[in-house]
Amino acid sequence: MQQDLVHAIKSNPKYHELVSKRKTFAWILAILMLVIYYGFILIVAFNKAFLSQQLWTGSITTVGIPIGLGVIISAFVLTGIYVFRANSEFDRLTREIKEEVL
Amino acid sequence: MRLWQNAFAALALSLVAGVALAAGDVGEVKKQSVNIPAIIMFLAFVAATLGITYWAAQRTKTAKDFYAAGGGITGFQNGLAIAGDYMSAASFLGISGLVFINGYDGLIYSVGWLVGWPIIMFLMAEQLRNLGKYTYADVVSYRFQRVPMRTMAATGSLVVVILYLIGQMVGAGKLIQVLFGLDYVYAVTIVGILIILYVTFGGMLATTWVQIIKACLLLGGATIIAFGALWVATDGSLSPERLFQKATEIHNKKDAVMRPGALVTSPIEAISLGLALMFGTAGLPHILMRFFTVPNATEARKSVFYATGFIGYFYILTFLIGFGAIVLLMPAESGFMVPDPKTGALALKGGQNMAAVNLSAAIGGNILLGFISAVAFATILAVVSGLTLAGASAISHDLYANVVAHGNVDELQEVRVSKIATLVLGVIAILLGIAFEQQNVAYLVGLTFSVAASANFPILIVSIFWSKMTTKGALLGGWLGLVSSTLFVILGPTVWTDVLKLGDAIFPFKNPALFSMTLAFLGIWIGSIMDSSEQGKQECASFEAQDVRCQTGIGAEGAASH
Repeated sequence: MQQDLVHAIKSNPKYHELVSKRKTFAWILAILMLVIYYGFILIVAFNKAFLSQQLWTGSITTVGIPIGLGVIISAFVLTGIYVFRANSEFDRLTREIKEEVL
Repeated sequence: MRLWQNAFAALALSLVAGVALAAGDVGEVKKQSVNIPAIIMFLAFVAATLGITYWAAQRTKTAKDFYAAGGGITGFQNGLAIAGDYMSAASFLGISGLVFINGYDGLIYSVGWLVGWPIIMFLMAEQLRNLGKYTYADVVSYRFQRVPMRTMAATGSLVVVILYLIGQMVGAGKLIQVLFGLDYVYAVTIVGILIILYVTFGGMLATTWVQIIKACLLLGGATIIAFGALWVATDGSLSPERLFQKATEIHNKKDAVMRPGALVTSPIEAISLGLALMFGTAGLPHILMRFFTVPNATEARKSVFYATGFIGYFYILTFLIGFGAIVLLMPAESGFMVPDPKTGALALKGGQNMAAVNLSAAIGGNILLGFISAVAFATILAVVSGLTLAGASAISHDLYANVVAHGNVDELQEVRVSKIATLVLGVIAILLGIAFEQQNVAYLVGLTFSVAASANFPILIVSIFWSKMTTKGALLGGWLGLVSSTLFVILGPTVWTDVLKLGDAIFPFKNPALFSMTLAFLGIWIGSIMDSSEQGKQECASFEAQDVRCQTGIGAEGAASH
C-alpha cells in the first residue's frame, strides 16, 4: 500500500472510531469467553460439589448440566453478538472510510 | 485435458473395483463380516464426491482456484466446511465413548474443543482474511523477511499436518476394518488414493464440497442417533431427566455419571489442556486456510458464526448419544456387551469408541448402522483431504514458490508443484498409516494441538497485533514454541512413560501448552526488543501499512473475477 494512502486513511477520524470501537468490543468478548470457560474449568477443579447439586428438588439432572451446556451456547451467542455488530456497524464504517479516501 | 480425464475415470473405476475386491477378500482374520449396506452407502458417497471433483476440476485453473476455491465460497458454505474440517471421526466416536464410560466428564472435555472458535472470531478471522492470500504463512511473513519466516511457518504447518494425518490414518484403518470388514492396508490405501484424487484434481473447491457434504451427513446422522436414542430410551417422552434417571440406574457409577469426576484433577493440567485446545484450534493450518476461500471479512465472520453453531450443536448431540448408549447398550440383555477375553468382565462390543456406532444398530438396525459407518468413513476422508491440501500448500506456496524460487515462479508451475506435493503427501500418509498400525496414537491429538498452539498461534497473533515484533523475535519465539512443545510431549508422562516405557517422566505434565506457549511468547518478546538492527526498525515501521490493510481490508485479496 502506498504511504500517502496509509496517511490519508490514518488521518481519517472514522478510521480511529472503527479501530478503537472494534478493538474494545473484540477484546471484551474474548475476555468474557476466557472468563466463562476458565471459570467453568476452575469450578470443576475446585468445587465439584457445586456442580453436583440437584437442579430442582428430587431431580437427577445436576446443576452441572445446564452450566456445561450454557458454556457451549455462550460460545455461539458471543460469536453471534460480534457478527451482528461487526457486519452492520463496523462494515458501514469501513465502507464510509473507503468512499472517502479511495 | 482429455488425457487426465481418461486417467481420472480409470482410477475411479479401479478404485471401485478395489473396494469390491477387498470386500470379497475378507473372512480369514478377526475383522467383522462384510457390511453390505455400509459399503453401498459408502460407494454412493464416493461416487458423489468424485462427481464433484470432476465438476470442480473444470473450474480449477489458477493458483487462486486451487488454494482458495477462487475466493468464491459463501460464509454459510464455509461455516459448514469449517465444521466438516473440525468434526473428526475421533471426536464423534471418542467423545460419545467418553460420555458412555464417564458421563458428565465427557461434556467438560467437549466444551474445550468449542471455545477456541469465539477467540478465532474476535481476534483472527477477519484479520487473516484481510492480510492473507493462500496460507497463514502469508500473514506471518507479511512485513518480515520472507525466506526464514516462510521456512518456519511451513515447518510448523507440516509438523502439525503430519501428526494429525498419522492419527487420522490409523483411526481410519482401524475403524474401516471394524465397520466394513476391509483389510487394514486396503482401508488405508483407499483413503490415500481418494484424497489424492480429490485434492490434485479438484483443489480447494472439491475439498470444500467434500467437507460440506460430510458435515451435513455427520450432523444429520448424529441427530438421528441422538434423538432416536432419546425417544427409545425414554419411551417416547423425550425428557432428558428421564434419560439421566435411567442412566444412573443402569451405569455402575450410579449418580456419579451426572457429576464431574476424575477427568480434571490437577488445575495446571486442566489450564494447560484448555490453552492447547483453545489456541491450538487457531493454529491448525487446514482450518486457517479456510478463511481465504471467502470473498471478504464480512463472509469470514459469518463462517465462524455458523461453524461455532454447527460444532456446538454436534457436541451437544455427542453428549446425548453417550447417555443414550448407557441406557440402551449397557444392560447385559441388549446384546451389545461382550465378555472381555482376558478378564471376563462385560465390555462394549468393539470397545468404548464404538458407542455411537453400536447405538445406531440398536435403534435403526443394519441400515442405520450402515449409514453411520459410511458417515464415519466419509468424515475421515474429508478431514484427511483438508489436511493434505494444507500440507501441499505449505510445500508449494511457502517452500517452493517463496523460499526456493524467491517468488519468481509462474502460477501454473506452482500449482503443478502442489499437485506433486499432494501425491507425495498422500503416499506418505498411506505409509505412515501402515507403519503406525500397531501404535497407540491417541496421544497424537494432544500433541498436535500443543504444537499448533505453541508454534503457529503465537507468531500469528503477535504479528497481527504487536507493532514491535521483528523477524528475529518471531524466529526465536516460533522455533522455541515448536521445539519445546515437541520435546515436552516426548519427555512427558504420555510418551516417555506410557509409550516408550522409560520410567518416570522427565517433564512432569501431560499437557505442555502452558509452558511451551509461555516460552514462545517470551522468545518473541525478548528477540524483538533485543533486535536493534536496521532491518528490525524497518519491520516495525511497516506495521502501520499492515495494520491499515488489516483493519479496513483495503488492498486485500478479493474474489476471483470469473
